[in-house]
Amino acid sequence: MEGNFYPLLKWMILPPLAGFVLNGLLGKKFLSERAGGILGSLAVLLSFVFALLSLSDLLNLPAADRLLRDTLFTWISAGPFTVDFALRLDPLSAVMALVVSGVSFLIHVYSIGYMHGDKGFHKYFSYLNFFVFFMLVLVLADNPVLMFVGWEGVGLASYLLIGFWYEDPEKASAGKKAFITNRIGDAGFLAGLMLLAAVMHAGGVYALDFSTLSANAQLAAGASFAGVNAAFLIGVLLFVGATGKSAQFPLYVWLPDAMAGPTPVSALIHAATMVTAGVYMLARMFFLYEAAPAALDVVLVTGCFTAFLAAVIAVAQRDIKKVLAYSTVSQLGFMFMAVGAGAWAAGVFHLTTHAFFKALLFLAAGSVIHGLSGEQDLFKMGGLRKHMRTTFILTATGWLALSGVPPLAGFYSKDLILEKVFTSGAGFVWLTGLLTAALTAYYISRLLILAFMDNYRGREHAHESPAVMTVPMGLLAALSVVGGMAGAAWLLPFLQPGAPPEHHSALMIAISVAAAAAGIIAAFLITGRRIGGGHHAAWCPRSLAAAWPRLHRLVYNKFYVDEIYEALLLKPLARFADWTFRVPDSKVIDGALVNGTARLFMSLGRTLGAAQTGNAQFYAIVFMAGLCLLLAAVLAGYYL
Amino acid sequence: MIHFLPLTDSVPLAHIVGLGVAVFAAGAFGFLVRRNLIVLLMCVELMLNGANIVLVAFSRAPASPDPQVWVIFMFAVAAAEAGVGLALAVLIWRRLGTLDIDALKGLRG
Repeated sequence: MEGNFYPLLKWMILPPLAGFVLNGLLGKKFLSERAGGILGSLAVLLSFVFALLSLSDLLNLPAADRLLRDTLFTWISAGPFTVDFALRLDPLSAVMALVVSGVSFLIHVYSIGYMHGDKGFHKYFSYLNFFVFFMLVLVLADNPVLMFVGWEGVGLASYLLIGFWYEDPEKASAGKKAFITNRIGDAGFLAGLMLLAAVMHAGGVYALDFSTLSANAQLAAGASFAGVNAAFLIGVLLFVGATGKSAQFPLYVWLPDAMAGPTPVSALIHAATMVTAGVYMLARMFFLYEAAPAALDVVLVTGCFTAFLAAVIAVAQRDIKKVLAYSTVSQLGFMFMAVGAGAWAAGVFHLTTHAFFKALLFLAAGSVIHGLSGEQDLFKMGGLRKHMRTTFILTATGWLALSGVPPLAGFYSKDLILEKVFTSGAGFVWLTGLLTAALTAYYISRLLILAFMDNYRGREHAHESPAVMTVPMGLLAALSVVGGMAGAAWLLPFLQPGAPPEHHSALMIAISVAAAAAGIIAAFLITGRRIGGGHHAAWCPRSLAAAWPRLHRLVYNKFYVDEIYEALLLKPLARFADWTFRVPDSKVIDGALVNGTARLFMSLGRTLGAAQTGNAQFYAIVFMAGLCLLLAAVLAGYYL
Repeated sequence: MIHFLPLTDSVPLAHIVGLGVAVFAAGAFGFLVRRNLIVLLMCVELMLNGANIVLVAFSRAPASPDPQVWVIFMFAVAAAEAGVGLALAVLIWRRLGTLDIDALKGLRG
């Protein structure tokens, strides 16, 4: 088998598993809060250290031969078809493993402060370790089947953590919504996977590891299923899976609701790592999409539409976490645009920088919420730059990075994506992307202004967060500043060795920076000026709302997508479920089959019971008559 | 070699069988028409012994000792049946104060 055997890889995934078991089983009884938090954080730190060690060994290999493998055991074996529990470290999974374990570690440390005093403290760290374990399995898996295990595992972790405060029915139902929406996508993933295995099987290829699949991608391109090119169909089905996990249209609706979970969870799972799994999966399976360019067009258009739609919705939201959630959906759209334009490395680059600055922004939002004792409404904040100076500086760093102001991280990756889209020839998509970039700068500036500028509008006493929270944020802020420069210099050639160096046209950079600047200036003109008006002055959305009341209501209510789904899908489904309960279940199964059997034997018993008179002599007569009949029959048999 | 004495050489087989059937029929008729439990038990004994007579009669025709052995067993079974039956009768008398079979209808369905 190609690639070097490297047993260290398994030690990357095992520490979080151990942390999950220890904190889950023993935490509440035997560990103090501090010990449980440190245990959980150390487990992830250990993974990060092993990831770094593996990376250094990977870098020692020649650029064309960078592949390390570790097989733990054979998982499925059916004739010639085998699936191993095998891990794989190549530049792509190395980058993902570093981002996942690194950002996770910082967020674990932050959580020690954020979750202080919560009665589910150990459970929380146990779930968080559980998540990291499955995310690393997803990232390091050497075949799509094992990848699916990680895929489902992180989905479960996400469900558990969204509904972490399950006593609140709204939060519990947000968890269910995420889980069920993801199941729809997972069905697509699974169907694509089966089709892929079937196509490979038909071609005589039984191994499903990525190297073999990549070498045999032309099998899928040559086959067809139900009259459609198999590679296209597999690509689209896998992308359906990605739309579920990575919150793309039409399955993005769960992500904004997922903000019901603790804020560090939103930062880690629903912004930095898990939701990028779809992008990673597409990058990993890119050999398949090369064989089916039409599937890439689907990805490109969906990504572009989602990016624009979510950015528009983010403009009008009042909840600080909702703004960031829609921003995440929008940025994920950017990543899919990159993959759709054929530049998966640019997508992974944006994934990395986004993980830094979006995690930072979410943690900063968490710090604000923590400081205001749970207040999430932007209109009840304001002036926090005086009360939470550190958080303000950190948020401002994230703001510049997300807006795409050079030389911060977001600028490099977003600019690269737009350039790739433009050179791929999709002019309209590029224009929409540019508009989305301007909207991005607008809504994040609006968030900054509403939360930190002007005077404080709330009643709660605002206080700065402890160092255990601000230090991880500081590290993420540093990464948000240098991540772009370092990535452009180091990450891209590492991901795609041998690719020609990027030529950036000055015009493209100028247009991109102009879009960001336009967004920021517009935000300061609209939101900033209105805020100057006094204590309860009309805020920006009201001024926009006054200008276009209907449009504002439409956007504020998220284009009523949830309501449309409710009316078109959920209501009919609920009615169908109700019908199956009332008719087939209650009437047929309970009524006819279960109670019917009982009724039949009861009436039978009542009828036959009449023969039991209790008179012994009556029984004797019947008995004798029967005996005579038998005798007659025997004699008749003899003589007739 | 077992020799069977020709005791009933003068009595034809049909007569003996007829006697057995008559005894059995008397028992069966009595069982159906009488009401007293003790009498019913006696009728059962009559039926059993009617059957025994027929068995003994037929032990001569194929010249086999087997039916006679069965009869010995049936004596034992009949003795046990009589013991249990009479014990039941005593208990029923104590409980109900009567041995009328019509009083025992507790098992009506």
